[in-house]
Amino acid sequence: MSELLLNPAILMMAAGLVALVLPRRALGIWAVAVPLATLWLLWTLPQGEAGRLTVFGIELITRRIDGLSFVWAVIFHIAAILAGLYAWHVQDRVQQVAALIYAGSAIGAVLSGDLLTLFLYWELTALSSVLLIWASRNPTATKVGFRYLVIQVISGLLLMCGALVLYRDQGTVAFGHIGLEGLAGWLIFIAFGIKCAFPLLHNWLQDAYPQATPTGTVVLSAFTTKLAVYALARGFAGEELLITIGAVMTAFPIFFAVIENDLRRVLSYSLNNQLGFMVVGVGVGTELALNGAAAHAFAHILYKALLFMSMGAVLHRVGTVKASELGGLYKSMPVTTIFCIIGAMSISAFPLFSGFVTKSMILTAVGGEGYWVIWTVLLFASAGVLDHSGIKVPFFTFFFHDAGHRVKEAPWNMLLAMGITAFLCIGIGVYPEPLYAILPYPVDYAPYTAAHVITQLQLLMFAALAFAVLMRKGWYPEEIPSTNLDTDWLYRRLLPRVIRSLLNGMWAIDRGARAGAMAVVNGVVERMAKSHGPEGLMSRNISIGAMVSWVSLFLAIYLFLSFY
Amino acid sequence: MSSDQHGERPRWLDRPETVTLIVHSLWVICAALVVAEFFYHKHPYFRFDGSFGFYAIFGFAAYCFIVLSAKRLRRLIKREEGYYDE
Repeated sequence: MSELLLNPAILMMAAGLVALVLPRRALGIWAVAVPLATLWLLWTLPQGEAGRLTVFGIELITRRIDGLSFVWAVIFHIAAILAGLYAWHVQDRVQQVAALIYAGSAIGAVLSGDLLTLFLYWELTALSSVLLIWASRNPTATKVGFRYLVIQVISGLLLMCGALVLYRDQGTVAFGHIGLEGLAGWLIFIAFGIKCAFPLLHNWLQDAYPQATPTGTVVLSAFTTKLAVYALARGFAGEELLITIGAVMTAFPIFFAVIENDLRRVLSYSLNNQLGFMVVGVGVGTELALNGAAAHAFAHILYKALLFMSMGAVLHRVGTVKASELGGLYKSMPVTTIFCIIGAMSISAFPLFSGFVTKSMILTAVGGEGYWVIWTVLLFASAGVLDHSGIKVPFFTFFFHDAGHRVKEAPWNMLLAMGITAFLCIGIGVYPEPLYAILPYPVDYAPYTAAHVITQLQLLMFAALAFAVLMRKGWYPEEIPSTNLDTDWLYRRLLPRVIRSLLNGMWAIDRGARAGAMAVVNGVVERMAKSHGPEGLMSRNISIGAMVSWVSLFLAIYLFLSFY
Repeated sequence: MSSDQHGERPRWLDRPETVTLIVHSLWVICAALVVAEFFYHKHPYFRFDGSFGFYAIFGFAAYCFIVLSAKRLRRLIKREEGYYDE
């Protein structure tokens, strides 16, 4: 029993429940102290499988710590600590409780050694995270939250179906390599794919994340999708299909990000694009590639959180993150500006920043395996990252035309959270060895070669030059208030329309059928009325006299006949 | 609305000369990076990525392609802000 409870995930979720009754002012410190404590616990726990439980004859493993799960569990803890600090001032109990349970269930999912435990945590991440969207407490967020929840729950149900089919076929639900063979494999693959925001299954992300609270989006950005990347790395490493899917994922969101006005949505598209790099790494499946995927997930959680934090701070102070309404904020929020730029340089993979030492592992693995088309697409996407996250987000928020906002700098706790995250982004970039040391496989990779530094700088600086040229020529698309259609149009517009017209069709058929039936009934009634009505044949009045004379006639005939 | 309208002293970055200076510095940095092509040992994965100035040309071209095609994409998918009416 104690083995079951000695699980960072269980403890964190229990702490989440405790937060239901804590004094409001203690919520902030609780949100930081709890993940700190469970991170320490994680560090002291031995590697291997523990916390076994037998349910209906199926053996569940609730805690598995190995090379792959450890690095994910560590970064999820760090993300929870930083998000807790960032949300220190939030006294909304719903958000604080949800954040702890959400982080706890994501960690539980990463540590689970079987698919049923994974499924439970998988659904729990959905149920707890949606509260961070609903906590915005406006009608749009409510609707968006429902859409988000439906899609997440569908992913969970597919996972459960897949696990059950696997159990029927193989008699086990152990969560190891699954592969794309048979129905079970595909069901689980699609379940993971939905949560990982595969192309065409992606739009829940850009729909939901920008609607959460300023602090909620920071929490959301860390867990769900990276949990999916972990699950893919565990179950589908080396599946070639993932290479293609990942490459498409890196490329297509960048076009949407360029023309999107809501900067938190820009970052959501950018998140999608970064996931693509990890998915490619998982698909290549070599030790270097998987290390790259894990390292990139680690670095990505930090710089993406930092970028969302900076936008959250802007939203908190200015009340909007629409690029068309921002500009010149460096005058009011200089520290936030610097942190945002550090996040932007990390995601763009400038030398000395975290993206440089992690993304390049994936590109090296892809290049080393000879996938030249994929490699070129990833390089292309890297130039795209520089645009939307590297330049667009900081430039249109903090520089460009001064929109006239004069606000206070972000609160101390937001600045501190951003400061630590920024420190980690640079720390990993300058000194990647500690990160490399906890990766799933031994690392034999040196990011700082003259060739790598120079070629990367050439790529980035020439892309930046292109920005300067396009901007000066006036060819860069301006930021305008707009809604851009994406696949969510299918279920927000097309599907309701189709259903409406189907229903209209059914109404029409129903109306027709009822009108026909009424006509028949009316016909019958009319005929009855004709025959049985006052003037009808059946109700004609024949006089008694006539009847008596007929009777006497018949009797007379009868009498006459009886004589013979 | 600029710093003047808030009764503030104009900032260094508000001055058009500063922006020009930044852009010119960018040109200089890029030129230096091209010159650097002669001073390091290349180890390309394929043949094309070892050609002269590949990353520089690719970065510039890819960036322009992305931005200009996204501008085109806007004609196709842009709707008014309240399109979904939520």
